[in-house]
Amino acid sequence: MEVRIAHLYADLMNIYGDRGNIIVLTRRAQWRGISVIVTPIGLGDALEWRQFDLIFVGGGQDRQQALMARDLATTKSDGLLAARDDGRVILAVCGGYQLLGRFYRGADGEELPGIGLFDLQTTHPGTRLARCTGDVLVRCDWHPRRRGLVGFENHGGRTYLGPEAQSLGTVVVGHGNNGADRTEGARMANAYGTYLHGSLLPKNPWFADHLLIEALRRRYGPAALLAPLDNSLEAAAHDAMEARLLARR
Amino acid sequence: MQGQGAHTGALSPSLAPRLLAAIVAGRLSRDASRLLGRGSGTTFPGVLAQRIAPDVLARLSAQLDQGSILVAGTNGKTTTSRMLAGMLRCAGHRPVHNRAGANMLAGVTGAVVTHTALNGRPVGDVGLFEVDEASVPAVVQRVRPRVAILLNLFRDQLDRYGELDRLAALWSESLFGPDGPKTVVLNADDPGLAALAGDSDRRIVWYGLDDREAGTGVLPHAADATYCPCGNALSYDAVHYGHLGHWRCASCGRGRPTPDVAAANIRGDGMHGTRFELRWDGHALDAFLPLPGLYNVSNATAAAATARAMGLPDSAVLSGLRSVTAAFGRLERIRIREREVVLWLVKNPAGFNEALRTLLQQPGSKTLVIIINDRIADGCDVSWLWDADLEMLASAGDDIAQVVCAGARAYDVAVRLKYAGFPAERQSVRIQPLDAVLQGLRLTRDDKPLYVFPTYTAMLELREQLRRRGWVGRVWED
Repeated sequence: MEVRIAHLYADLMNIYGDRGNIIVLTRRAQWRGISVIVTPIGLGDALEWRQFDLIFVGGGQDRQQALMARDLATTKSDGLLAARDDGRVILAVCGGYQLLGRFYRGADGEELPGIGLFDLQTTHPGTRLARCTGDVLVRCDWHPRRRGLVGFENHGGRTYLGPEAQSLGTVVVGHGNNGADRTEGARMANAYGTYLHGSLLPKNPWFADHLLIEALRRRYGPAALLAPLDNSLEAAAHDAMEARLLARR
Repeated sequence: MQGQGAHTGALSPSLAPRLLAAIVAGRLSRDASRLLGRGSGTTFPGVLAQRIAPDVLARLSAQLDQGSILVAGTNGKTTTSRMLAGMLRCAGHRPVHNRAGANMLAGVTGAVVTHTALNGRPVGDVGLFEVDEASVPAVVQRVRPRVAILLNLFRDQLDRYGELDRLAALWSESLFGPDGPKTVVLNADDPGLAALAGDSDRRIVWYGLDDREAGTGVLPHAADATYCPCGNALSYDAVHYGHLGHWRCASCGRGRPTPDVAAANIRGDGMHGTRFELRWDGHALDAFLPLPGLYNVSNATAAAATARAMGLPDSAVLSGLRSVTAAFGRLERIRIREREVVLWLVKNPAGFNEALRTLLQQPGSKTLVIIINDRIADGCDVSWLWDADLEMLASAGDDIAQVVCAGARAYDVAVRLKYAGFPAERQSVRIQPLDAVLQGLRLTRDDKPLYVFPTYTAMLELREQLRRRGWVGRVWED
C-alpha cells in the first residue's frame, strides 16, 4: 500500500514544528510497510487533488499567511474543496486552519479571504487582548472512545464556528477556538482543522492513525487495516502532559 | 559632569537621596542574597533599585564616560558580550557588564547599580549590556546606547516573543528611533536584519563570513527568513547555518551587503577552537578563537566589528578573542568525579542544530544527555524540538553511543528521537537532570567527555544540584 501526502506551503507555513506531523505520518506508515510519498506544494503550484490521499497545511506568521491567502484563492481553492467533498483527508493547523474558514480579520481590521472549506470565521480582537497561548487538553466526543488530544496553542485570532461546522473537540484545559465556547478546531467529512501544535500528532498517535486509516480506506476500500505499533513512548509523553493539565484544572 | 576623584567612594553631596537609596538597596540586596545563598542576586537588585528610583538606569548609565554597547539577537548574545568585554579590557577599559546573563530590564539595571560606588559614580567606563529580544526598546530608551549590535533573528520562544516579524519591527522602531544609537553593527548574512536598516541615516557597520566553503551549504528545515520582503523566495550562493549566508533576491535585486568586517579562511581545530582571518579596510589579521563552531566565528566577527567601531586597537581585538572562555553553560567544561562534562545550552532549533553539527565533527563515539524543560525562561512551547534536525543523531551511526532524555519534557525528546530514526536501544529516559547526568557518565567510556544539552532552567537546576555536592561553583563566581 501507499499513502500520497501533499504538504502545502511547506517552506512558508512551518513556524511551530508542524513538520513533526508529516514526520509522524510518514514513519507510522513506513513502520507498517506502507510506502509514503510527500510532495511539497508551494506558492503558485497547482493542487492536483486526485493525486493525493492526505493534504496537510501548517501555521505561519502574518506576512506568510497573507501570501498564502492570496495563493489559496487563486490556485488551490477549487482543488481543496473538491478534495473535501470527495472525502480525502485534510489536516490544517493554526494559520492554515484559519484560512480554510471563511475569512481572517486581522488586528488592523484588514480581512484576508478564506476558502470556506470549513464553516467558520476568525477575528483578531486587537493586540491589547492577550493571545491564546499555552498547553491544551481537548476531548474528542465524536470518537467512540472519547479520546483526548494534547498540544500547544499560540494564536491571536478568535475562531467562531458556523452552524454547519462541527468542532474537533471540547476544551478541557486551554483556550481552543476562542476562549469562550470551549470548542476547539473543526471537522467536516475527513477534513480537520485545529489550533494544536507541539507538534499535534507525535503525542496523539491515535489521531495520526485515524488520519492514515481514513486515507487508506478512501483509496483501498473499507477493509484496509493498520497493524498495531508500540506506542509506549508516545503514550508516556501524552499522559505526562494530560496529568499535568488535569492537575492544574 | 565627570567629577574629580570620581572613584574614591566618597559620597557626593549633590546625589539625589532617592538615587542613593536605590544604589544602596541594590548593592545590599545583591550581597545579602549571595550571603544567604539565595541564588546569584543578579535580577533582584535591579527590581528593587528601579522601584526606589524609576530613573536609576538612565541616570547611572549616562555617567559612563565611553557610553554603552547593547548586544541583541536570538543566539550568541552572552558569548559575543564576553568577547567584547575581553577586547575592551585589553584596550584598558573597564566594562560594566551584565556578565551573568540576566538580560531583561531588571538584569541590566542590576548590573549598573551593583557597579556604582556610593558617590553615584560608576565603577567602570563603558556599559556592555546583552539585552533580551523583547527588552530592547525599554533598555534603549533608558540607556541610549552609543553602539548596538544585532546578531541574528531566529525563531525562539514564539510563545513569549510572538512572531519574528513583530520582533523585527520592534527592534527597527527602537534602534532607528530618536533614542537609538549612532552606530548599528549588523550581520550582513542575516537577510531578516538587512531589511531593518531601511534607508536610515545611521552609521551601519556590516559584518559577515566571507567563506563560502564553511557551513552547511543547504538551508535547514527551520529556515526563518528565506522570503524577501518583496514576497519572492531568496536565493543563496552559500549557506553558513540556519538562514544565514550569502543571499540575494532575484526579483527585486536586494542582496547581502558587503561586510565592512569579515571572517575568511575559517579552519576548525576540533573542540579546541577555530582559526580564521579577520579582514577590514584591505588588511587581514590572523585570529584564534578558543571555541569551536561556525556560529562562534560569526559572534567573534560581530565583536571585532564593534571593537573597530569603538576605535579599539587590533591587538586588543586579537587578544580579546584569544582569551575568551566559555560562558556559563555555553560549552562550559566541568569535572564530575574526575570525569569531564561539557555543558552546552540549547534554546532553539538554530542553536541546537549548530551545537549538534559542531559535536558531530569531533571524532569518536559520544554520549549525550538532553534536558528539556518548558518553564517561561525555556519557552513553554517545545514544538521547536521538531524543527531541530535531530535526524543528525540518527544518521551519525555508532558515533552517538547513547542519548539520555531528561527534564520536564523528557518524553517529548524521547519521542522526537524515535521519529528521527534513532535506535530505541540506545536511548533512555531519566526525568531528574542529575540522575540523567550520572546515568550518562555510567554509559560514557572512561576517557571520553559527556555532552549535556540543557535548556536554560534545566541548566540552572542541574548546576544547583551539582553545587550542593560541591562539583561546580556558583554562577556569579564565574
